[in-house]
Amino acid sequence: MITKKHKELAQQMMEFARKNGCSDNRISVGAGTETTFEYRDEQLEKLQQVSENKFSIDIFVDGRYGTYSSNRMDKKELEKFIQNAIESTRYLAQDECRTLPNSDLYYKGTDAPDDCFDKTIDNLQPDEKLQLAKANVEEVYKTDPHIISISAGYSDSSNFNYLIDSNGFEGEKAQTYFGLSASVSLKGDGDARPESWWYDASLFWNNLQKNGIGKKALERALRKLGQEKIKSGKYSMVVDNLNVWNLLSPIISALNGNSLSQKNSFLIDKIGKKITADKLMLIDEPHLPQAMGSRWYDNEGVATQKRVVIENGILRTYYIDTYNANKMKVKPTISGASILTFNQGSKDLDGLIGDLKKGILVTGFNGGNSNSSTGDFSFGIEGFLIENGKLVKPVSEMNITGNMLSLWERLAAIGNDARITSSWRTPSLVFEDVAFSGL
Amino acid sequence: MERRDFLKTCGVTFAGAVLLPHLLSSCGSGSKEGTALMLSHFGVTESNLKKVMAAALENGGDYVDLFFFFFFSNYLTLRDGAVNRASSDIDFGVGVRVVVGDQTGYAYVENITMDEMLKAARTASRIATSGQKTKSINVTEKTFANYYPIVNSWEDVSVKDKAPYVQKLNDRCFALDNRTSKVIASLSDSTSYILFCNSEGILCHDYRPMISLSAYCIMEDNGKIENFHSTRSFRKGVEFLSDDVVEVIAREAVEGAARMFKAVKPKGGELPVVMAAGGSGILLHEAIGHAFEADFNRKNISIFSDMLNKQICDTNISIVDDGTIAGNRGAINFDDEGVHSQKTHIVTNGVLTSYLHDRISARHYGIESTGNGRRESFRYAPIPRMRSTFMENGNFDEQEIIASVKKGIYAETFTNGQVQIGAGDFTFFVKSGYLIENGKLTQPIKDINIIGNGPKALADISMVGNNLKLDDGTWTCGKDGQGMPVTQGLPSALVKKLTVGGE
Repeated sequence: MITKKHKELAQQMMEFARKNGCSDNRISVGAGTETTFEYRDEQLEKLQQVSENKFSIDIFVDGRYGTYSSNRMDKKELEKFIQNAIESTRYLAQDECRTLPNSDLYYKGTDAPDDCFDKTIDNLQPDEKLQLAKANVEEVYKTDPHIISISAGYSDSSNFNYLIDSNGFEGEKAQTYFGLSASVSLKGDGDARPESWWYDASLFWNNLQKNGIGKKALERALRKLGQEKIKSGKYSMVVDNLNVWNLLSPIISALNGNSLSQKNSFLIDKIGKKITADKLMLIDEPHLPQAMGSRWYDNEGVATQKRVVIENGILRTYYIDTYNANKMKVKPTISGASILTFNQGSKDLDGLIGDLKKGILVTGFNGGNSNSSTGDFSFGIEGFLIENGKLVKPVSEMNITGNMLSLWERLAAIGNDARITSSWRTPSLVFEDVAFSGL
Repeated sequence: MERRDFLKTCGVTFAGAVLLPHLLSSCGSGSKEGTALMLSHFGVTESNLKKVMAAALENGGDYVDLFFFFFFSNYLTLRDGAVNRASSDIDFGVGVRVVVGDQTGYAYVENITMDEMLKAARTASRIATSGQKTKSINVTEKTFANYYPIVNSWEDVSVKDKAPYVQKLNDRCFALDNRTSKVIASLSDSTSYILFCNSEGILCHDYRPMISLSAYCIMEDNGKIENFHSTRSFRKGVEFLSDDVVEVIAREAVEGAARMFKAVKPKGGELPVVMAAGGSGILLHEAIGHAFEADFNRKNISIFSDMLNKQICDTNISIVDDGTIAGNRGAINFDDEGVHSQKTHIVTNGVLTSYLHDRISARHYGIESTGNGRRESFRYAPIPRMRSTFMENGNFDEQEIIASVKKGIYAETFTNGQVQIGAGDFTFFVKSGYLIENGKLTQPIKDINIIGNGPKALADISMVGNNLKLDDGTWTCGKDGQGMPVTQGLPSALVKKLTVGGE
């Protein structure tokens, strides 16, 4: 956790940096612990327990800027480190756009920093954690002749951060994380050994799903048996709620100030313009209580706020930090997305599938990329062929190819099954006329 | 103050002992003098190491190792025409690993004191339950060949010395084509100091330099924007920096971006693919390299688990994974388990002759490790990883290979790849290439994913060129959350059929 000693160290280093010529600086001190147990088949495969610290400083000196970090927390060492970091920074070109944020934008609230911290973590016994992993293996081990191997992992962590800057910001965060995962490998056709996995995660011990993870992983693996590629062509595409982030991620990257200021975005000059189908509402909601991704301030101390990102298909905001706002001579917003929520549709995944005469359900992406300048993408996929509202055949070894803007324009339906185990609360989505290449 | 002083002062204050990094770097891993300096740098003695290892084996256990690690990295970035951002990072600590059969107990600490190390040892020891007492451990210094001798170390230069090369890279990108609108250029150097010992009595050290220089070129032409990225990376010292390497990277980035404006997406489907010499080694890395890593095979979850010593492709094909190429990004003097670096023949005349082993899998199979047990830092236990993976030369001229294809794809540069170990499906993303029509390269293509199945794709390689080339780009392989520097290579080769993305 963040101790009085950590805070004193951060404050002393800030003062030291100032005395050594820094016009401004920002200091972050992090501390954390992590425990992992991995159980495979009939035995514990791996246990790991660690704790760590990190000191980071952003230096603003003579109109120049550098960032430096170390896990050596000794005061004398850090003083030397900072002195030399200042020397290094002075060799750089000046960059007048490098400034701390306007302090009016800082988070100044008094909300508890430990809203996302579960004290239970301190009382959990190693054996209890190991047993969770073991139980999720045992719930399916040897229950199906196809099973070659099953492993399950439990991990938990606590992370603490203290952030101050010379412009008066001071903030503290604490967060716990509990995760349980399982993966299953099966004997498939020929030499193939199809595998699948499942997981649950929560910031709170009591909310963590503690069984059924192994079963779900097995179920997901079994349904992949007999995968094959099918004919190339245009199909309606359902993407399940686990995988939508792959298609959302290029959009969010293109909204980032770095991409915009470097003219490396396919969403330049698109504010107020339509970038997706009308039916999409995408909102950034940083203050959902006790939620993955919730935060009161970003990595610059700027207060987060609810923001409509896409309103009925129209782009409403970019993610612009202080530096890129200065560069582009616009107002800053916030450095990045916190919790992204979609408007809810009326059907779950089965309902979305049931509505399609023919299509492909994508349950996994395999590699691929999206061109940040043009939005052209091509991704490997696996999933299922849909005919008359039913999954009829597992498919794999296929690609989807297209352009992000035309893909999102063809968004046809939104599910009601948003996942809350991650900060991007993605539901299942349906897109029309997607180019699949296979046979 | 120069960089050397920067680090030297850090080194002195870290452990309260005198360390001259440039002296150590010149020692490589072949010097006993280096071991003494390294012990002193980490503030430990041989007797300390023995005590910690004994504590780690208190509950039983077959094996223990200690991995001391000091990593110092510097990053210089140019945006909007000026070198205007610097970053540095220090990471320091020791990992303690206890192995029992296939099982691993792991803990690490950032404060290298006896108390902390003993605590970590006892945490890692919990993997063992037999309580069987082990014999006392005697450590002996071991030295290795040095595959990355350097002239000048990165600790000996400052931002002032490096920045002009980054600036020149930017300036050349603008000079070469007036459509260049933005350049992000960067130089990243790092130095790792490693001290290793284990219960087999090995005590050794290594000094690992790394440099990567890159240009990301963005161009505008008639309202259209395109980008291209070019990098070079080596385990070399400051002598790597030259006007020549700057020119090579600038040209590659600029010509690549310019080509994108003329490029189209092919029509998707199953097509013959000619893999151009060099970066096409990504095919080997994804299609077979990962699936040959023996942790997957000892667990029987790789598609290649039952194929050892079997014919898996044409008899003209031989593939190696080599950690001994001087100055190569994937080179290591010894792996992170104290096993000497090797050139491992994984496919010989079409037969799968070896998996890539760490100590755990080697013991599982009852053989010697191939020296592939690597880890990103002291924060991770080692696992089997590739080094430099490439196919040896065949007999064809590239022109003959292209001429044999009526309609297909010529894949030339790549950004990323991925594989499913068990199903064998692998992909790689083709940033640029050409259509092949009637035996000739015609229109440029861009931004398409190619997907195939490992054993099938390997068996479908029907022609191998005589023009082997290693790709010296900044390739980082990810596995279990650990990033690892690797390289790859290939002579031009024809894969009869892969599924090409397209509209």
